Amino acid sequence: MDEKSEVLGSQYLTFVLREEHFAVEIFSVREVIDVATLTVIPRMPDYLCGVINLRGNVVPVVDLGLKLGMAPFSRTVNTCIMIVEIEVEERGQVEKMAMGMLTDSVLDVLDIKGEDVENVPRMGTRINTEFIKGMGRHGDKFIILLHIAAILAWEGRAVLHNLDQGVLQQEDVMNAFA
Amino acid sequence: MGGRNVGEQAGPDPPHTWGIEEIDMADADFVKVVREEVNELLEELESSLLELEESPEDMKIVGRAFRALHTVKGSAGMIGFDDIASFAHHVETALDKVRNGEIGLSCEFVNLVLQSKDHLTLLLQSACGEGEADAGQGEMIVDGLNTLVTESQGTGADAALQTETTDCCPGRPGNEHGVASSYYIHFLPSPACARQDRDLHEMSRCLGQLGELTILNRPETDGDEPIWDMLLSTNEELSAIREVFALYDNNPRLSIISLTMNCEEELPPHRKLGEILLERGDISPKKLQDVLSRRKLFGEVLVEENIVSRARVDSALAEQQLMTRKREICLKKTQTENIRVSAEKLDHQVNLVGELVVIQSRLSQLALQIQESELQQAVQMLERLSAEMRENVLAVRMLPIGTTFNRFRRLVRDLSGELGKEVELVTRGEETELDKSVIDKLGDPLIHLIRNSLDHGIESPEERRAAGKSARGTITLSASHSGANVAITVADDGKGLDGDRIREKAISRGIVAADADLDGERIFELIFAPGMSTAENVTNVSGRGVGMDVVKSTIEGKLKGAVAIASCRGEGTTVTITLPLTLAIIDGLLVQVSDASFVLPLAQVEKCVEISTEDVERFHDRHVFPFDDQLIPYVRLRDFFMVPGRRPDLEQMVVVQHNKHRFGLVLDSVVGSHQTVIKSLGWVYRNAQGLSGSTILGSGEVALIIDLGGIFQSALSEEQYACQR
Repeated sequence: MDEKSEVLGSQYLTFVLREEHFAVEIFSVREVIDVATLTVIPRMPDYLCGVINLRGNVVPVVDLGLKLGMAPFSRTVNTCIMIVEIEVEERGQVEKMAMGMLTDSVLDVLDIKGEDVENVPRMGTRINTEFIKGMGRHGDKFIILLHIAAILAWEGRAVLHNLDQGVLQQEDVMNAFA
Repeated sequence: MGGRNVGEQAGPDPPHTWGIEEIDMADADFVKVVREEVNELLEELESSLLELEESPEDMKIVGRAFRALHTVKGSAGMIGFDDIASFAHHVETALDKVRNGEIGLSCEFVNLVLQSKDHLTLLLQSACGEGEADAGQGEMIVDGLNTLVTESQGTGADAALQTETTDCCPGRPGNEHGVASSYYIHFLPSPACARQDRDLHEMSRCLGQLGELTILNRPETDGDEPIWDMLLSTNEELSAIREVFALYDNNPRLSIISLTMNCEEELPPHRKLGEILLERGDISPKKLQDVLSRRKLFGEVLVEENIVSRARVDSALAEQQLMTRKREICLKKTQTENIRVSAEKLDHQVNLVGELVVIQSRLSQLALQIQESELQQAVQMLERLSAEMRENVLAVRMLPIGTTFNRFRRLVRDLSGELGKEVELVTRGEETELDKSVIDKLGDPLIHLIRNSLDHGIESPEERRAAGKSARGTITLSASHSGANVAITVADDGKGLDGDRIREKAISRGIVAADADLDGERIFELIFAPGMSTAENVTNVSGRGVGMDVVKSTIEGKLKGAVAIASCRGEGTTVTITLPLTLAIIDGLLVQVSDASFVLPLAQVEKCVEISTEDVERFHDRHVFPFDDQLIPYVRLRDFFMVPGRRPDLEQMVVVQHNKHRFGLVLDSVVGSHQTVIKSLGWVYRNAQGLSGSTILGSGEVALIIDLGGIFQSALSEEQYACQR
């Protein structure tokens, strides 16, 4: 067993996105909740689907399916939000932040051994390989093990990109004085 | 090494020290606390040095600087930061010489001590594993200080006399020796010596030569025990006094207590007469207990019972009195009691109170539905209480802005020296209180503004004289409350902004069109645009064209405030920053568009008016509306935020004011005012357009807080973009 597989062998929470099975390591998931009232934040990309009130805290929610480039999916009774905890570095300080992941339904917790985790194929998944930790074998099926931190870090980059646009707009405003 | 030996020279290789690593693991929190404390002390050191430059004769300030440095040394030694302790020790030694009047205070000296402060800050950072301190720099400073000390010690007597004539030590009348410290001397000559009366008088004469000698208690009759109690004010070392005694008596019982008013010293606790006698071995504990049990006037009883002679009691009383006085003086100096609380705890408290307010408004809503008078009473009480609590918690987080202002004295001093200008920094309204989080973020913008004033605003002394002004320029930094806002101004009396040059520059940088028609204020606002700098040369102070735009974006973006600039050629420039008092909770106006709820900052709302479909048609769906004899533009929130649903026939328009721009927001309905606990939208949504945060309503629903400036700018740029096509 090589070192990598050893690290990857653990318990995973499996869930469904558009009928396909995915999994994330169980320790990164804090809880799973039903979809309550989602407050939509306007003028943002569609996969940033809004915020929820989680016991007095405002928690942003990402539509994981849309984020991974899948088609929109209407919500059902099974639709739920996985609350994950991530670490964000801001001004040199690492802060823990809760984030919601909208999934079509959550299945169960699986033990996936290190030897059952295959490396990520370089192509073919049609998902950014940075988002995938490995391919977990479960019986005769393969489950994509997602790298939550990488997905959200990617989000950070997108936000930075938006920031650049903001500066451009300020110049536009200066032009407007003309 | 003397891992724990405060002030000792740090040895090069520690064999088995209580090293930093160990402490780090055991008491990382403790180190953090000490570090904060040391930082504060260093600030104090700096500010007293700067004051000292203004009034070099004031020995009280020297004392303050010395005490700060001394405590730095102690604290650093305590947690094993020996580099810091040892360096502080060297500087302290030099400063002590100034305090004692041995050497005069020169500008050079202050410079060196200021550099020491910087070096200490670096040392502290490197001790905590952040950055490297340059050991050579430290040596240079110490060498410099030593040279200064040796140079001026030759003229030490002169210096001492100078300080003396300027009344360096009020409260110590009649001393002629540049007195440094007072000693209380309790002396019981050995029997052999006691008989040599002549020697004793010779001895007191010698002591008199060391300084001002006051004899509190001396043997008068032969029957008395030959006890001497003396008060000696001298600038000699303690050892010199001992030497005098050694000369006349080889086995005296001698105790010398320093009475210098150093409040940083560990003071012995107040001691009772019995305790003093006991310590001196004049009475056994048993006898003391005996007498105490009788509870007569203690000293009298002792004498009556022939346990202790009258002379010994008097002597002890004299000492007690002195110690009491010393304690009193020092107690007066101690500041009001404060508790150090971590900002994190306060933040948590604010969050909790925020949640309390949310729950409370939910309760109020329920009580309204249930219509039960007793319940409503209780809910009303809760409402009052939570409002009071909210205000209280927010008040705790308020800090006087003066702490920030002090940081700039050094900046102005150093920069003006570097630029060859004479500049004085005047501060006003230091006591104005602002939320801690606001103060923290305000530092950088203010530095930019002050630098700009120094570099571009204030002219060189020659230019100023030619313009008929005093050679010394003034930068005024002031803060004041105005309603729910705080106004902070940075004003200089320099040459003012050159409108034509700014315009030229803006045109050459493509920021405005060449034929743009701009009035005065608009031109000045251009200096906040990115890439604008009118300084002819790029100095390391300013002129790179970054800065003013950062100032504007920080204040508008992070602090939800506004910046305005006014200037008059030849008379100076004033930048005014307006900030909200707090960022945690605001008074909001709750409004609705279809099912979505939004909150507007109430402070910026002017009026609400109705706007009907006919009104809209009257202006052919151009988004303008007459208000107060003025045609104002409006933004329809439904369109801007792409809210689904049908537009009602009768809409509401809320007229708001942002940065002197008045415009309307058209929405479905106005619900009413709402105590808004601001919750960040989080990292993912930090660039959401037209939104500054969110809040949780009584129903548990999340409402979005509208950023008026953001909406205005976005709507403006979108329309510009659409029209250019």
